[in-house]
Amino acid sequence: MTKVIGVEDAIRKIENGMTIMVGGFIGCGAPGQLLEEVYGKEVKDLTLIANDTGILGDALSQLIVHRCVSKLIATHIGTNKETGRQMSAGELEVNLVPQGTLVEQIRAAGAGLGGILTPTGIGTIVEEGKQKLVINGTEYLLELPIRANVALLNAYKADKAGNLVYRRAARNFNPVMAMAADLVIAQVDHIVEVGDIDPDEVMTPGIFVDYLVQKQPRGVTNLG
Amino acid sequence: MDKEARMDWLVKRVAQEFKSGDVVNLGIGIPTKVANALPEGIEIILQSENGYMGVGPAPEAGNEDPDTVNAGGQYATILPGGCCFDSATSFAIIRGGHVDATVLGALQVDEEGNLASWMIPGKMVPGMGGAMDLVVGARRVIVAMEHATKNGGLKILKKCDLPLTAAKQVNLIVTEMGVIEVTSKGLVLKEIAPGLTFEEVQACTEPILYLPE
Repeated sequence: MTKVIGVEDAIRKIENGMTIMVGGFIGCGAPGQLLEEVYGKEVKDLTLIANDTGILGDALSQLIVHRCVSKLIATHIGTNKETGRQMSAGELEVNLVPQGTLVEQIRAAGAGLGGILTPTGIGTIVEEGKQKLVINGTEYLLELPIRANVALLNAYKADKAGNLVYRRAARNFNPVMAMAADLVIAQVDHIVEVGDIDPDEVMTPGIFVDYLVQKQPRGVTNLG
Repeated sequence: MDKEARMDWLVKRVAQEFKSGDVVNLGIGIPTKVANALPEGIEIILQSENGYMGVGPAPEAGNEDPDTVNAGGQYATILPGGCCFDSATSFAIIRGGHVDATVLGALQVDEEGNLASWMIPGKMVPGMGGAMDLVVGARRVIVAMEHATKNGGLKILKKCDLPLTAAKQVNLIVTEMGVIEVTSKGLVLKEIAPGLTFEEVQACTEPILYLPE
């Protein structure tokens, strides 16, 4: 069985009003080709969960520019001025979350946990409206799990069973998001046959991944 | 000293705070420059919160790798012995007390060690990124910044009035005017930059500065 499908068939599964998670960190390790298809289709009213909203001009930023997103959960929006503009104008609901909290909220959802306790945000506006617990004398915030209908990921290599390998700093949120969505779609540079990736090298187990999309080649200068 | 020489002094002074083997996370801007100012023989391990250990110098033109960027999104390199990880592991390293020191800039710091560095309501709301986790999780928090704003406004205050990044976490403030330690008794001016007097530093600092005992 192969999980490889075309980009149009993959993105057709995203409907108006869905919650999507997108891997990547300021463009690095973001699934650009999948995102181009999303804004090309003019999907509307999405809730977007991502570290950031890209750099103005890149594929992720265009989701904001094309007004596909009505609610955003992110850690940093400073590299895409349009996000800040829509937020200030009241056109986009934005919830800013500390990076280490966001990744643990997503991990908690994928791992079947009811939430996580973090010291991050205590004594700041992040704690507003949240339950605090004291464990062994230290105060923690209870942060709840975050999951999505669809996760859009980027990987360097995959076998047709969906086992994923990432490269360098392009890993970031991708492996964690792979666990926390009903439907997981990864764009991949190199898709190989089942058995061609050593089990020890797999970074995301294939059982988390529903579909693979072959990424069009790009210039990688250092394959390492 | 002119402005450039003072900033150079600041960067070199921060670089003296580490011992070999320390795991350090450097913020964007002035803190980034610390990597190039380490004293001879001191080797530290730099973490990049987007997912690797062993941050190296910027790549030469033509050798940029789109998969290797720093936490500011700029092209970077990974030194031999470095390693890559996902964001959950990266923040486990940060929150779990495995980072010896973080160096970051600030909008305001106060005498209780409160830090405001991530937003000016109504003006600048970029988001906190990884800063809140770094300031809570790193064993030592070193603020490296210009002592006052460009308009001469005070940044070292009795009480921060901007939204906080974290409460009571700052250990050391290094500026072009001096080195200030945050203690339970207040701010102690440990060192004064060459050519300045205690009174000159105090005049640019809202809370009372104490001399080391």
